[in-house]
Amino acid sequence: MKVTRREFLVGSGTLIGGLTLSSLGINLEPIIAYADEMKKIDKVRSARQSTSICCYCAVGCGLICSTDTKTGKIINIEGDPEHPINEGTLCAKGAGIFQTTAANEHRLTKVLYRAPYSDNWQEKTWDWAITRIAKNIKATRDASFIAKNSKGQVVNRVETIAHMGSSNVDSEECWLITAMARSLGIVYIDHQARV
Amino acid sequence: MTNHWIDLQHSDVVLIQGSNAAENHPISFKWLMKAKERGAKIIHVDPRFTRTSARADFHTSLRSGTDIAFLGGMIKYILENEKYFKDYVVNYTNASFIVDERFDFKDGLFSGYDPTTRKYDKSTWAYKKDANGIPEKDFTLQNPRCVFQLLKKHYSRYDLEKVSSITGTPVGDLKTVYEMYSSTGVKDKAGTVMYALGQTQHTTAVQNIRTLCMIQLLLGNIGICGGGVNAMRGEPNVQGSTDFAILSSYIPGYLPAPQASLKTLDEYLKRITPKSADPRSANWQQNYPKYMVSLLKAWYGDKATKENDFGYSWVPKLDDGQDCTILNMIDNMYEKKIKGLIVIAQNPTVSLPNADKVREAMTHLDWFVHVNIFDNETASFWKGPGLDPKKIKTEVFLLPAAASVEKQGSQANSGRWVQWKYEAAKAPGDAIYTGDIVIRMVTKLKELYKKEGGATPEPILNLKWDYADEKGRFDPLKVARTVNGYFLEDITIGDKTYKKGECVPSFTLLQADGKTSSGCWINSGSFAQDGTNLMARRKKDDPTGLGLYPQWSWAWPVNRRIIYNRASVDLSGKPYNPKRPLLAWVDGKWVGDVPDGPWPPMEDTKNGKYPFIMKPDGVSSLFGPGLGDGPFPEHYEPLEGPMAKNLLSSQMNSPIIKIFTKECDKYARCDPRFPFVMTTYSSTEHWCTGAITRWQSWLTEAQPQVYVEISEELAQIQGIKNGEKVKVESARGSLTCVAMVTTRFRPFKCGDQIIHQVGMTYNYGWLFPRDCGDTANLLTPTVGEGNTGTPEYKAFMVNVKKV
Repeated sequence: MKVTRREFLVGSGTLIGGLTLSSLGINLEPIIAYADEMKKIDKVRSARQSTSICCYCAVGCGLICSTDTKTGKIINIEGDPEHPINEGTLCAKGAGIFQTTAANEHRLTKVLYRAPYSDNWQEKTWDWAITRIAKNIKATRDASFIAKNSKGQVVNRVETIAHMGSSNVDSEECWLITAMARSLGIVYIDHQARV
Repeated sequence: MTNHWIDLQHSDVVLIQGSNAAENHPISFKWLMKAKERGAKIIHVDPRFTRTSARADFHTSLRSGTDIAFLGGMIKYILENEKYFKDYVVNYTNASFIVDERFDFKDGLFSGYDPTTRKYDKSTWAYKKDANGIPEKDFTLQNPRCVFQLLKKHYSRYDLEKVSSITGTPVGDLKTVYEMYSSTGVKDKAGTVMYALGQTQHTTAVQNIRTLCMIQLLLGNIGICGGGVNAMRGEPNVQGSTDFAILSSYIPGYLPAPQASLKTLDEYLKRITPKSADPRSANWQQNYPKYMVSLLKAWYGDKATKENDFGYSWVPKLDDGQDCTILNMIDNMYEKKIKGLIVIAQNPTVSLPNADKVREAMTHLDWFVHVNIFDNETASFWKGPGLDPKKIKTEVFLLPAAASVEKQGSQANSGRWVQWKYEAAKAPGDAIYTGDIVIRMVTKLKELYKKEGGATPEPILNLKWDYADEKGRFDPLKVARTVNGYFLEDITIGDKTYKKGECVPSFTLLQADGKTSSGCWINSGSFAQDGTNLMARRKKDDPTGLGLYPQWSWAWPVNRRIIYNRASVDLSGKPYNPKRPLLAWVDGKWVGDVPDGPWPPMEDTKNGKYPFIMKPDGVSSLFGPGLGDGPFPEHYEPLEGPMAKNLLSSQMNSPIIKIFTKECDKYARCDPRFPFVMTTYSSTEHWCTGAITRWQSWLTEAQPQVYVEISEELAQIQGIKNGEKVKVESARGSLTCVAMVTTRFRPFKCGDQIIHQVGMTYNYGWLFPRDCGDTANLLTPTVGEGNTGTPEYKAFMVNVKKV
């Protein structure tokens, strides 16, 4: 009978029953260590699974993410064996995607602001930042908006604001970015597709 | 890609040129190894011997920047040895078209060049047309003015010795590659070309790729299983971001960005809609008006009406000829003309050429907004090496974003599969979706413009902006459905009636009268009429057995997995290769992949149509008048190169490349101070600038710091030992790093000259980890390819010395 890797991992969780052997004087250290591993596997077993796609090279390999239902944190990411392109395999970057999650202490978790001439970051709220950013955009746009060019043609553009990025965000976000940039009249628009 | 990743397994001969697929698209090699198991041969042409070369059946090297010479020689070989697939060339390309008698080529330039404007007048790059306006043809391909004969004439100059002197590739190796690859010019063999930035990051980039396309057309390799021109894109969703046009020259769906001289929607539509007098040409671009109007309805909703040209005047216009691509953007920032910059999930102070110029330009900004999941050299540009924050006035906002696995949405891979993914966890702390950030910014701007008024507020106030859920959060499904498109009222098309609010199940149903909306026509059909998200499908059925998986996810256009597939059959609709029946005309209908147009085979002289439906003439272009630098690819040297002369003509560089002339842009050609050719690339463990991967210990342990790869021969000449610290310097900047002395590079013998080449990854920046190095782009030149403005990262000149 062919056993899948997933079935094997699930099945081996039943070995936790071996802990009762301690009363018989048998050295259980290796078994306890093994049991810790079993607890991890238990967590993965009881985790919520969802599918995702790798965030690197454009082969578009499939991922399975396991999220701990108690903490809401991702506890494991591996290749999706069902995915027809990668069939569960991943390169080094894809295999390490766990380190892009909240598990990485370097993740930005606060809105940061650097004031003019300052040498450090300050933490801010979203409301403060969005309001200030919008005011900056509006002030710059209003000061230099070009409704008509020198030939008298309607151009409705602004050349003092530029936008870059990104090929690294979801398509629905890309679409909103294009809509935002165009509605403001921004014409200096570019991103990784060209470079 | 014209094909897709799994399809690689069906190739008989694979040409990987301009790519290190094993290291940068590793899982592609799963399918190449499968091809090898079936007897396929892999050819790798690359200046360096890489892991891709190690798995290839044949590797040879060429000097960076000489691909057109190499491939032009292959075209000569194919034509002279009659390796081309004659039926395919006669019926599916413009080989038979007669060219205007004024068209000419002399000493590196085509007819119509104006050296003062550095532009071509392309009016002579045209076909002779008959009284009905249809190009005249000679199907015997003998007329000296037919494309086929002009092609032969053009590449007759690319003989083996000349090519070898330019590329540094030994004549024997050229012959081997040409013979191996041209063996696919027969019905039952498929050849695929795989390329990446090794082709695109040159000042001859577009023509590089065109040469590959032309070879594929001559050999009958486009539209078939195991064939195609397969661009391996480098970012998870660069296909999506390109489709949705985060670019100055396009709007979503590859519609051209409107120019100022096209004052009304009608004028714009007339300009972008090509005409064809040939009833056998589907000329699919004639449908562009439907897609443009549907896009305007998606952007402006009810505010776009027939009376106001559907809001056409609100779309910003470039002046005719105005270039707003990236190098001009940086140049304007440097000149203090740009006051504010938004950079989302990109690291330009590491990734753009001439990094010192970029870093200086950033300090001229009044305000700067950055969105990312980690800090990087761009967000923190104000404390970069050599800068004093006390002198930099830019106010900087660093906004924390959700990572890819923390977001629901779609990503389009290189094979055009638009794959849906799910939110595995909420982003940590205050981090939110980039989509949420954009929604909040526009919502606030609308508020401010409504309250205060300001410069031309209409484009902002009239932008349809209902993409949040009931809790005010970005709803990716709402955007995805908008992109797919809706019927805006009940409408009957043909014999079917569609209700208001239903999803448009195919772009063939989009209308030019305002009754439909669609944010991007090529994505129309990603939802079924009943609203089912086809991008999220996970069915493994494979009815053809060819690995198309038509019910796994959804591919654009209309779930067609291999495009131009009607070129895989003969005029009667029979597959050229019955062993790989991608498509076949059986009992009055097409069976297999989604046909590239429903029309019957061309043998049906009344209803049949040519297979290349996106071209006005319906056939593919060996002669390509659409580009700015010539209808035939021609070898030109990189801007910075080691040669005193171009061995093929007096025209040193491509005549339309974008050059910059500030002091900081200086370049040095054939200069003894910078005698070695350099190229740049990536590594498996790091990705692009390392902005995401350098924060990950598992990856950085494997690739901790920047290094330059140099040949043993060069190491001996410069007195450099493996592992020693060296300084790499170009006309623009310098960088200290470790030297890796290796046999992976060998000197090139170009005629009488010995030319050394070195290489470096650009995966490092000064911010983190400490002392990992800095970007290779401190060395690269500010020069752009003439059609697109893509910089030349792959061929420039440096010196390498011990420190």
